[in-house]
This record gives sequence, C-alpha cells and structure tokens, in this order.
Amino acid sequence: MATTTATRPASTGIENSLSTGRLPKWAPYALLFGSWAVLGIVFLFMQLGGMTEQYNISGAIFLGTVLYIVLIAAISGLVEGRRQATDRFVTSLVVGAFILALLPLISLLFTAVSNGAARFDLEFFTYSMRNVVGEGGGAVHAIVGTLLVTGAATLISVPIGLLTAIYLVEYGRGHLARGITFFVDVMTGIPSIVAGLFAYALFVIFFGEGVRMGIGGAVALSVLMIPVVVRSSEEILKLVPNELREAAFALGVPKWLTILKVVLPTSIAGITTGVMIAISRVIGETAPLLIIAGFTPNMNYDLGDGRMMTLPVFTYFSYANQGSDPAAYIDRAWAGALTLILIVMILNLIARFIAKAFAPKLGR
Amino acid sequence: MTTAPAKAPRIQAPKRPGDRIFSTSTVVAGSIILATLAAVAIFLVAQSIPAFTAPGEEVPTGSFWSYVGPLAFGTVWAAALALLMAVPLAIGIALFISHYAPRRIAQGLGYVIDLLAAVPSVVFGLWGATVLAPMVQPFYLWLQETFGWFPLFYGQVSGTGRTVFTVAIVLAVMVLPIITALCREVFLQTPVLHEEAALALGATRWEMIKTAVLPFGRPGIISASMLGLGRALGETMAVAMVLSPSVVVSFFLLTSTNPTTIAANIALQYPEAHGLGVNVLIATGLILFVITLAVNSLARFVINRRKAFSGAN
Repeated sequence: MATTTATRPASTGIENSLSTGRLPKWAPYALLFGSWAVLGIVFLFMQLGGMTEQYNISGAIFLGTVLYIVLIAAISGLVEGRRQATDRFVTSLVVGAFILALLPLISLLFTAVSNGAARFDLEFFTYSMRNVVGEGGGAVHAIVGTLLVTGAATLISVPIGLLTAIYLVEYGRGHLARGITFFVDVMTGIPSIVAGLFAYALFVIFFGEGVRMGIGGAVALSVLMIPVVVRSSEEILKLVPNELREAAFALGVPKWLTILKVVLPTSIAGITTGVMIAISRVIGETAPLLIIAGFTPNMNYDLGDGRMMTLPVFTYFSYANQGSDPAAYIDRAWAGALTLILIVMILNLIARFIAKAFAPKLGR
Repeated sequence: MTTAPAKAPRIQAPKRPGDRIFSTSTVVAGSIILATLAAVAIFLVAQSIPAFTAPGEEVPTGSFWSYVGPLAFGTVWAAALALLMAVPLAIGIALFISHYAPRRIAQGLGYVIDLLAAVPSVVFGLWGATVLAPMVQPFYLWLQETFGWFPLFYGQVSGTGRTVFTVAIVLAVMVLPIITALCREVFLQTPVLHEEAALALGATRWEMIKTAVLPFGRPGIISASMLGLGRALGETMAVAMVLSPSVVVSFFLLTSTNPTTIAANIALQYPEAHGLGVNVLIATGLILFVITLAVNSLARFVINRRKAFSGAN
C-alpha cells in the first residue's frame, strides 16, 4: 500500500482518491472467465491434437480456477499491495471451498436420480422380493418395514423426548437437569451400530441367541432419535415467551394445565418440525437395522415376529449380495436409494414449511 | 418463573394431583434417558465379558486384543484422514456463509450444506463405491507415479480405487455438515463490535477474520472438529460398502490392502456370526462406544465451558 500511495500522481485531479490503487470491480470476474477461457482453449487443442479422448471439461474448469487464484493474487499484489492480495487470495479460497462442497452433493443427487430412475416403476412399489432371482421384484416389503419400524421408534421417542424437554425447560433445576442435558448431548454421538448392538444385547436376554425382530430395530432407532427430539423440543420450548406462562399463572391456572394448554399449543409447530427432522435422521439408518432387524425377501407386518426388511437394509443388501444378474441388483439398490433420498427430502421440506408457516410471531 | 413476592407471607399453592402426576412423569422421562445410556453400557459389557475371558484359540487371531487392535487402528486412521480433509474445508464454508456470502442468500446456502447431512449413509456408501472410487482411481495412479517417493503413497495402486483414501473422502463429505453448522454458529456469535473495530482500523476482510473471528471461534472450531471426529469414528455403512477390507495395520493410502474399521467390521461379520463370534463383535462395539463417548464428552465439555463466558447467550 505504501508504494502505491507514494507513486500516486498527486496533481491530475481527475482520479477518485478512494478508488486509486484498487483493481476495478469487474477485474476479478474478467480474470475468472478469462482463465476459464484460456484453459478451455488449451484443452480444446489437446483434444484436437489427440492427447485426450474426450473434451475434459472438469479439468478445464479446475485448472482454470487454479490459474485464476494465482493470477488474482499476483495482479492484486502488483497493483494493490500484499495485504489486499492476501485478502483476495483467501476470498477465492473460501468461495472455492463452498463450491467444492457442493460437488459431491450434486454428483450424488445426479447419480441417484439417473441410476435410480431405471427401476423407479410401479413394480418396485408393489412387489416384494419373494422368489425373485435376477430381474423384477420390488421393495414394498422394505417400505412397509421401514414405515413400521420408524413409526414404532417415533411412538417410543416422542413421548420420552418431549416430556424430558418439558422437564428441562419447565421443572429442571440442579444436578439431574444438568446431567440430563450433558448426557443427551453425549447420546447424540452414539454410533448407530452401537445402538443396534445395544438392542441386540437387550433382546437376547428375553428371546435367546440370534434374535431378529422389527421392534428391536425400533428400540435401536429410539436410542438415536430421543436425543434429537429432546434437543429440538427444548430449543423451541425456550422460545415460548415467559409472559404467556405468567399470564396463565396469574389467572390461577395450575402449572401442568399451563404447560398443556398454553406452552405446548404455542410451540406445537416447532415441535412437529423437530420430530420430523428426527424421523428423517433415523429413517435412513442402516447399521442398527442390519444387526437387529435383519433381512428377508418376504413381507412381514408383525414387529414382534422375526426378520423384517427395511429400505436402507434393502439398498445395502441389494448392493452387497449381487446375484446372478448384478445389473438388476444394482438397479434395485439405486432405486431404493432414490426412494430413501426422496422420503428424507420430503420430510425435511415439510418440516421447514411447517416451521416457517406456523412459527410463533415473537414480535422482534 | 413465578415466585411469591418476597415480603408477603408465602402462599402455598394447593397440591393438585394433576401437577404431581405431570411433573413426576417428566422426571421419569428424563431419568429414562439416563437409564438408557447406562443400560447401553451395562448390556454391552455383559455381552462382551465372554469375549474378554475367552481362551485364545476361539478368537480368530489368537487373543481378543490382537483382534481389536488393527480394527481400532483402522477406525482412528480413517477418521483422522477424513478430519484432515474436512476441517479446513468446513472452516472455509462456514466463513463463506457467515462472512462472505450476501446476507440475503446466506441462510439458504446453509440449508444446502445441511442437505448433505440429510442424505442417508447407505446412499453415501453406494455413491462412494460405484461413482467416487472409479472416478478417483486414475488420480491415484497419477499420485503414485508423481509422488511415489512419499511414504503414504507406496505400493501397488488398487485397481478398483476402493482404498482407505476413498473412504476418508466419503467420511469427510459426511462429517462436513456437522462441523460446518457448528463453526457457522460460533462465527456468527463473534461480537460485531470487534469486527467493526478491526474494519475501522483499516483491516481487510481477511485481516478482520484473522484478528477478530478466528481467535473468538477457536474453541468452537476445536469442539466442532471433535464432534465430527466422533461421527467419523462411528460411521458404518459408507466404510463397509466402499472398502475392500482386511484386518491389517497399514499406513499406505492407495494399495488394495486396507485397514478396516470397527463399525464396518461389525456390519460385515455380524449377519454370519454365531456363538462366541457375536460376543467378540459386541466387545469390539464396546471399544468403539468407549472411544466415541470419550471424544464426544470432551467436545461437549469444551463447548459448555465456552458457553459460560462467551456472553453470547
């Protein structure tokens, strides 16, 4: 900066002193597209010269971006000084990091849609895998299993989670509350497979070795789901204005009725959102269900009776045990993956919508 | 919330049965959570005891500890590699969302990153095995040709690309959202006055971040990384599906003999296990549980200590 200040012509009188020694606003963009164009042409020549088989567009964009980062740092260093150059360098790195993180997401969604579409048909949603070898078959048994197991897990988790959140916000003081808060946080980090092993270790006491049943999967998923429900409900209950509670108390309403009739109705939208996010978190869990719910090609409506297929396990199983016609199994795996992604995305979208549409107006 | 005025004679609220039932049930629910966590530990220990005390010849590799050793190594190794890639990227993304992106679209960009967290792990596994591994294999070849002298890249490059390095990339993508989300929260809590003071003294945006945001957020970054580490340690399906596993201790990133992780080993061996084999697998699960519990507790401890004096809430 010091050098630019020194060399600035002092007496021309036409330059804006605020913008001298700075690159014009369009310079970074021009440089970026310029670098892309240069590398694009280089790669075009490489392709025409027969060095590469097909036009390497990702390589061109990647190397073009690298060239841009080098150029912007160098030019900015010459014109604006070292500090501005560092700033521009970091800016392009930070933006680059964000775009880099988007690449796997885009690639994943694109592959899931393009590979999953092959078997995303009526048969997939109406047939089970009973007596199916090779092509055909479907995942209806897995979808039913997923709905049953996740539904049971929700029935276990929501009352426990919600009551705990109420305890933490409305009643909890002292050691117990602090302990619960800490251990709920710790519980969010339990590896999913450990939850599955826990459910197995619990059920093996009652049913003997090699136990596999759907309700065990529900217990395992609850271990993973409860902390999520507690955390989100707690956050939402804390948002309920204290004035509402005080107004109810002033009218002589008992505390439990205040919670049931004032606090919960105010926060019900947020709680629903939290529950749906929690469901979407556990509905894709594979490892615990692989352990305790097992896999089967057959339909099973009974949570308490033997093996039960679920959609994530179906996806894994189709991929891991490819039969005589691998393509058919891979196609089914991708169709299962696509169904899972759709379920999770839809749950998330509905949750966000509810959160937005019914959020309590806090007047802030 | 509501306390009787201090001076007036204390009015005792009537003891209503509804109040008692309700408050008791909330306490019970809270206690169930503590009991569950304790039960997880107790049942795992109970089922593991046969494996710890088993005579050597019944465990595949002699003694239990020589069986779990390479697995524990693989778990920590893959998670550490993943973290090495994920943390700088996550800090960059968090900075982009909190300080670089236009205010209006920042929240939307945050949702986009959160979408990554919503993708089920089995889908990541499928993607890693069928899309990513073939895609990075030529890159591994190039890496080995160019930097073959570097110890980590020794050895014959795997023909499928399904190596521990690929696993680490997939794990990095999977832990990215949680690290990003926490870092973002911390960066947004930076006192605005500090930032404005830095800018007013003529700092560029990067200098402002370096002097105001990063020092403030350092404990947050550390604990976010540790939570990400906990997530990466316990991740099962992605590893099980991507890796062609073997129980070895190996630091080479690109060869076809790769150390597998505890969680993936359980998922792969469990369906066929019986008798003592089940107990051995549950015992390895217990080891995993202890490792992740320690990492997570430490991370939460750092976060909670931070909360107390940050003045942000």
